[in-house]
Amino acid sequence: MNTRQMMVALWTIVRSEIRRFMRIWPQTLLPPSITMTMYFIIFGNLIGSRIGKMDGVDYMDYIVPGLIMMSVITNSYSNVASSFFGSKFQRSVEEMIISPMPNWLVLSGFVIGGSARGLAVGIIVTAVSLFFTDLDIQHPILTTLVVIMTALLFSIGGFINALLGKKFDDISIVPIFVLTPLTYLGGVFYSIHTLPEFWQNVSLINPILYMVNTFRYGILGVSDINVGAAVGAIAVFIVIFFSAAMWLLRRGKGLRS
Amino acid sequence: MHAALSIRGLTKVYDNRFHALKGIDLEVPQGDFFALLGPNGAGKSTTLGVVSSLVRKTAGEVSIYGIDVDRDFARARYHLGVVPQEFNFNQFEKVEDIILTQAGYYGIPRRQAEDRARQLLEDLGLWDKRHDAARMLSGGMKRRLMIARALIHRPRLLILDEPTAGVDIELRRSMWEYMKRINEQEGTTIILTTHYLEEAESLCRNIAIINHGEIVHNTSMRELLGQLSRETFVLDLASPVAQCPVIEGFDVERLDDAQLTLSIDKGQRINDAFARLSEQNIEVVSMRNRANRLEELFVRMVEGSNKTEGPQGGIR
Repeated sequence: MNTRQMMVALWTIVRSEIRRFMRIWPQTLLPPSITMTMYFIIFGNLIGSRIGKMDGVDYMDYIVPGLIMMSVITNSYSNVASSFFGSKFQRSVEEMIISPMPNWLVLSGFVIGGSARGLAVGIIVTAVSLFFTDLDIQHPILTTLVVIMTALLFSIGGFINALLGKKFDDISIVPIFVLTPLTYLGGVFYSIHTLPEFWQNVSLINPILYMVNTFRYGILGVSDINVGAAVGAIAVFIVIFFSAAMWLLRRGKGLRS
Repeated sequence: MHAALSIRGLTKVYDNRFHALKGIDLEVPQGDFFALLGPNGAGKSTTLGVVSSLVRKTAGEVSIYGIDVDRDFARARYHLGVVPQEFNFNQFEKVEDIILTQAGYYGIPRRQAEDRARQLLEDLGLWDKRHDAARMLSGGMKRRLMIARALIHRPRLLILDEPTAGVDIELRRSMWEYMKRINEQEGTTIILTTHYLEEAESLCRNIAIINHGEIVHNTSMRELLGQLSRETFVLDLASPVAQCPVIEGFDVERLDDAQLTLSIDKGQRINDAFARLSEQNIEVVSMRNRANRLEELFVRMVEGSNKTEGPQGGIR
């Protein structure tokens, strides 16, 4: 395939992925906005007013970046996991396998599509948050960079999950038993400085902590960790996950017998 | 001139150590209408799966129009269109979107693909259904949708894996006409697997029979049918006969008052039998083969290879 044909093929996958989550918006775009509104009302307004300040900022302002990031992570991941597993289940993935598209192009198409949903939900949640607080973004470039990188990383994660999954249960195990606990323990609702030293150290092995804090630093200018190192770590994780997905595709794992 | 499909020493051993293909060689000439037949589990789908890259081969070489699928998989796949046995499209997508998305996978811009999609959908009687979700289509329409999808990028080699399974006879015949047309007018090489042997006999020029992962016969349809030593015809009579007529040198049986069966050995002339019947004032109004000729040969060949390999699945 020449470059132009590859771009057409890439856009075909991205377009159909975006069309898919837009078509079923009551399942994809609406629920996060309702859930996050609840978080803002209950944790931000009702409980947050009693907590006061966290790391020198109002509690509502403190949790907004974490909740946006939580939405981006779960939606990027689940979009690719469910869409690619669905195409495996319906065998429509065979259309792609027999086509001249190289593996990296198929992977990139799904990852961009998944990231698009993650970012769309992130924008919706950000818009909802404006009803509860004023966002004054301190570092717009860093904020944009880290949210895109996070969406890409978890989209690739969702793709790997879909490749390895054999039944629908397999694609819900990781979001429920891995992603949700790591996100809640990744400093969405609290600063790790409020934890005893031992648990602070344990928290430092949670990769989501770095994403949430880097994003929070971009918006509020406060962070528990070294932001530069965090951006580098996310980039390394993207490379590792992408390479793993490519390796699995080359071996035809879950696709070819 | 390169063959449309060339397979050399193709071997496939699955993870459970099942030896699905035992080093098969196969050559399908350009422009051919080729039948690949065999019982269940004989290796047909595995062979086609390797060609379409859905199955990883253990050993051997496959090339499409002279292009090795391992060395230049993208260029080889441009020449290939596949209509699988099972429905494998997104059931929630619209008919038109399924075809245009497939075009996109081959790098064909949407606008450019729209004209071709319209032509295919019209030819296959699906144009009125273009805005319907695929799940709303009947079984026959879904099969035609898969044919339209496989042809959107104008492949030179089309693999049809039981394309008329579950399709009613009228529609099946119209699909045969369409396949004949694209083979004759567009020069598309077609490889067909089917369990309607009448379909293979009337459409295909060459044939390979595969059993136990080996090609047990590979020849032209004419040559294969020429191997029949005896054919049996059913004769419909103009008026009833009270008893079975005797014709020296021919086996005749009375099915009922107005039907006879007549068996002709190789070298005998059917005209001689008709002349004898005429002498006995028996008038024949029509005749047909009692059994499908290819089916007879197929059963014989598969049974022959089973004797050396042991029993296998049902005949298809």
